[in-house]
Amino acid sequence: MSDFTPTRRHVLKWTGVATTLAIAGSVLPNFGISQALAADLGSGDIGVLNYAYALEQLEAAFYTQVVKTPYKGITKAELRTLTAIRDHEVAHRQFLKKALGKKAIPGLEVNFSAIDFTSRKSVLGTADVFENLGIGAYNGAGQLIENVDYLAAAGSIVSVEARHAAAIAEMLSGAGREAAGGDHVDANGLDAAYSPAEVLPKAAPFIKTPVTANSLV
Amino acid sequence: MTNQNDFILDAIDPDLGERIDMGKRSLFLRRAVPAALLASAPLVLAAASTEAFAAGGLPQKVVDVLNFALTLEYLEAAFYKAGNSSNGLIPSKYRALFRTIGQHETAHVALLQHALGSAAVKAPKVDFTAGGKYADVFSNFETFATLSATFEDLGVAAYKGQAGNLAGTPVLTTALQIHSVEARHASAVRPLVGKAGYISAFDKPKTKKQVLAAATPFLA
Repeated sequence: MSDFTPTRRHVLKWTGVATTLAIAGSVLPNFGISQALAADLGSGDIGVLNYAYALEQLEAAFYTQVVKTPYKGITKAELRTLTAIRDHEVAHRQFLKKALGKKAIPGLEVNFSAIDFTSRKSVLGTADVFENLGIGAYNGAGQLIENVDYLAAAGSIVSVEARHAAAIAEMLSGAGREAAGGDHVDANGLDAAYSPAEVLPKAAPFIKTPVTANSLV
Repeated sequence: MTNQNDFILDAIDPDLGERIDMGKRSLFLRRAVPAALLASAPLVLAAASTEAFAAGGLPQKVVDVLNFALTLEYLEAAFYKAGNSSNGLIPSKYRALFRTIGQHETAHVALLQHALGSAAVKAPKVDFTAGGKYADVFSNFETFATLSATFEDLGVAAYKGQAGNLAGTPVLTTALQIHSVEARHASAVRPLVGKAGYISAFDKPKTKKQVLAAATPFLA
């Protein structure tokens, strides 16, 4: 967490050439979406929102596929939960897209080739990874947000991701230690707080449009 | 979807005015915090309590938020301590869940006490029957689980409502790291009383006043 300091702000850099070009033409001068447009202090909110928007796009696309092609042996209750989660992620994605307006990054192309959507274990295992990644991402991004309106919105989303994580854990392991957070919660009773630089490499295998974060001094 | 988002913004908005004000003031605070102190969360809490504002300790606004959080954590920790030690209350298949939740709440108490140092409030006297309304709280699992879900949802809304007051301070991240754990708890417990773990796509904050009004019946 030591790279979370006001003097080493994280900005998002999109390495897809077409993506970078498309954004570079339309963003505000201090929007840190590419190295050429490196953010200075106070300019990072759009970058943080786009970071969240990227993760919500990934989650929404994943659950959309899960509900479209349910895994073998799915129960009615499981489908109901996964459908609700899909609806939440789509709502998060649309909320961020609308908040960003013209500053929103383009829709991401996803790569789910590593996921076996016919397998309960593969689907729920992936859901578990995505939800916990999302929690750590939002927790770590909170202090990068300057505008308290955005902080409030992020807060309204992150606890829903945490509720999802518990629901998925319960499907995988029942209402036990895992549902309360298991190994994702440390001895101080704290969830993770990840920097964008920690999160994006974990999301990268699932996104065709490459996304990276640089921490600038 | 557009309508839904508008509704959500409307729902969030009423609480924002105050926090926007706080946020502006906290920008000054942010610049006053030495960058070196913004280390890992538990360390930050420790450092903030003893070094960041050496002359007068933590800013009063932050002390107030942390003591408010500590009061809720005391309540939760005491609730699970009593529940987990009540023989025959918790079915065996849920014992690990409630033991884990109890451990988290006890850890939150210790973390906040440490951060606040001598400014920490004392544990309140509690009455989980709320004056007899929930007389069987530690003998009837349904009552116990219902109150557990209530406390956890309340905790989620309480931390969420205070995030703006902590913006720009080193304790924001730690508060967020507690906040999401409370949400895990809420989602794990709610199904035990027949509710989905989630409420909607966006959880709503509660003001300090709203939270205290909900918690007061359980304070003796």
